[in-house]
Amino acid sequence: MTLDHPRVALFVTCLVDLMRPRIGFAAIRALEAAGCEVVVPTEQTCCGQPALNSGDRATAIDLAKRVIAMLEPYDHVVIPSGSCAGTIRCHYPEILEDDPEWGPRAHTVGAKTYEVMAYLDEVRGWRPEGVALPVRATYHDSCSGLRELGIKAQPRRLLDAVEGLSLAPLAGEETCCGFGGTFCVKYPAISNAIVGEKAAAIDASGADMLLAGDLGCLMNMAGKLHREGSRVRAFHAIELIAGMGDGPAIGEEA
Amino acid sequence: MSAFSDRVDLALADPILKIAVERTAGTAEAKRAVAVDAFPDFDRARDRAAAIKDHVIAHLGEYLEMFEANAIAAGAKVHWAQTADEACAIVIDICKAAGAKSVARSKSMLGEEIGLPHALAEAGITRVETDLAEHIIQLADERPSHIIWPAMHKTREQVSALFKAKHRSPHEEETIAAMAESARRELRSGMLGADVGISGANFLVADTGAICTVTNEGNAELSLVPPRVHIVTAGIEKIVPSMPHAVHMLRMLARSATGAALTQYTTFYTGPKRTGDHDGPEEMHIVLVDNGRTTMREEGLAEMLRCIRCGACMNHCVVFRQIGGHAYGGTYPGPMGAVLTPVLDGLAASRDLPNACTLNGKCQEVCPVRIPLPTLLRGWREKSWREGLEPRTMRAGIGIWAAVARRPRLYRLASGMAVRVMRIVGHAGWIKSLPLAGGWTRHRDLPKPASRSFMEQYSQEKRR
Repeated sequence: MTLDHPRVALFVTCLVDLMRPRIGFAAIRALEAAGCEVVVPTEQTCCGQPALNSGDRATAIDLAKRVIAMLEPYDHVVIPSGSCAGTIRCHYPEILEDDPEWGPRAHTVGAKTYEVMAYLDEVRGWRPEGVALPVRATYHDSCSGLRELGIKAQPRRLLDAVEGLSLAPLAGEETCCGFGGTFCVKYPAISNAIVGEKAAAIDASGADMLLAGDLGCLMNMAGKLHREGSRVRAFHAIELIAGMGDGPAIGEEA
Repeated sequence: MSAFSDRVDLALADPILKIAVERTAGTAEAKRAVAVDAFPDFDRARDRAAAIKDHVIAHLGEYLEMFEANAIAAGAKVHWAQTADEACAIVIDICKAAGAKSVARSKSMLGEEIGLPHALAEAGITRVETDLAEHIIQLADERPSHIIWPAMHKTREQVSALFKAKHRSPHEEETIAAMAESARRELRSGMLGADVGISGANFLVADTGAICTVTNEGNAELSLVPPRVHIVTAGIEKIVPSMPHAVHMLRMLARSATGAALTQYTTFYTGPKRTGDHDGPEEMHIVLVDNGRTTMREEGLAEMLRCIRCGACMNHCVVFRQIGGHAYGGTYPGPMGAVLTPVLDGLAASRDLPNACTLNGKCQEVCPVRIPLPTLLRGWREKSWREGLEPRTMRAGIGIWAAVARRPRLYRLASGMAVRVMRIVGHAGWIKSLPLAGGWTRHRDLPKPASRSFMEQYSQEKRR
């Protein structure tokens, strides 16, 4: 069933909310251009992934129920993060599996939840029009989006419609950047070794710009690139797709 | 500082280790990719492999009884061991009854798991490790750092020095061929002089009672056939129903491990020497070891019993690739080790292992039997949380965050304040150092947050 003007709830993610609101506005712009009515539920906080991945199942379940109840009224739920979308789509149904009331509700909300670029490409069949940015970029495939949601071709198809943009191949583009949510602060030395290799590969790609679909991974890679003195600028891919690629990169003052 | 982080620091500070691990695991990754691409419908083959193992695990008792009956019919003696200690005691008793002074061992991770090298030493029995890498490890008095390449962490130069120090007539030329020849001279005498040959098993074939071993050096054949007694130690999950199943699993094993279609030597041993046979041991003993496997099946880790010990998960793991196998501290390293070690050593002693993982899912993507490793690791994290094993600071942190995340208005207030604090400590877009976030800012900069959160900006725009 394809709706002409679906009522879409935008779940912005806590990182986008606090660290880089532009990503949320870029998502709204692209979704509206794709014919969606975008609503931002104001009671949203966090999807609960930190609790889920730390083993605090009770808290994860509690937050999941709040998020499910909040998102139920909408046709679709769209998130500018493969990691948070994966949590709602794949893990909510898992952790609520044995709950006769919430299990089915988790399945229903999970099934209508999408990462923003996958949604624009697969569900809306949309392409950016009249968006141009002459830049040589490279793309990192963030793990949750790639392996939980199968996001690989969708962002590349959308980016392909941005005039002047070319994508440089990235060695190990499907290799984890070492962010891993709380992993990066719990095991900083290992995380640093991993992101150090990633930063070197990004530099070696010859690209001027790094793109990805998850702000956590982007902050990790951009933070390492900046510490190492690299000139590669980092953006969430949706910013470019929405025509906002001429603004400040991650870590640049507006 | 926990022992795990000590071992990690040690590993990360070792530039030779990094090169050695990357060389082996990187090559294995590339070769596996080629082999999988060339395999007709690898995904379906993986589904079948997983289904075979699931079927066997669900009917483990029946298949083990079938295997036992057929192994006995072929002339082997079958022993059952609940624990590692029981398994070792059975092996030592057999060795003593045979009057064994020396044993030749063909590499077996199960042997490592149950501590057999140590038990043999305590019993005063000389042990000859016949796998080349295990031989290197024995000379260095270390433990394996990988389940396929036990000495992957060592460079050729280090191995050469070891041989020169420990071999009776070591190589003079610094060539691979000369080093191999030195090891061959040393090992051949040990193999041919052994009273007992001890091996593991890659597969136990239920309908014939055969055990299957694979090696690339032929050392299993040389160390198991000449001695008078052959002892097999095998985990009870190694069972497959019949030969065609074993062959299917072999195809998955070799390609996933090294990218090869098959290993050089694949041998099925069915019972001891029979009348008219030219060679073979007079006695064959098979020790079937549980050591926590039944408990795993009952406690939500049944999928882990599918594991065929190929090592693909560790070869593709970003964490393993940085820290190598010894840092994991148990018999089995990498993602599969992070699931197994808490079973074998207890969760309290190994809670770091399931936590020290980015949950990126690559291990599951390459697993030939589709073990959902990230899910199993998350399961250990949940158990660790329930049992209060997680550090107090971690629990407090998640607790405060959860209390705030449950209250949207408090969340807006707290996050708004956090943003303002972070903007004060930042300079020119970046934060170089942030209290409570040292783990991050020690190694990388943190982008300064926006002056107002998305929700603030959005609600203001709406009001306009």
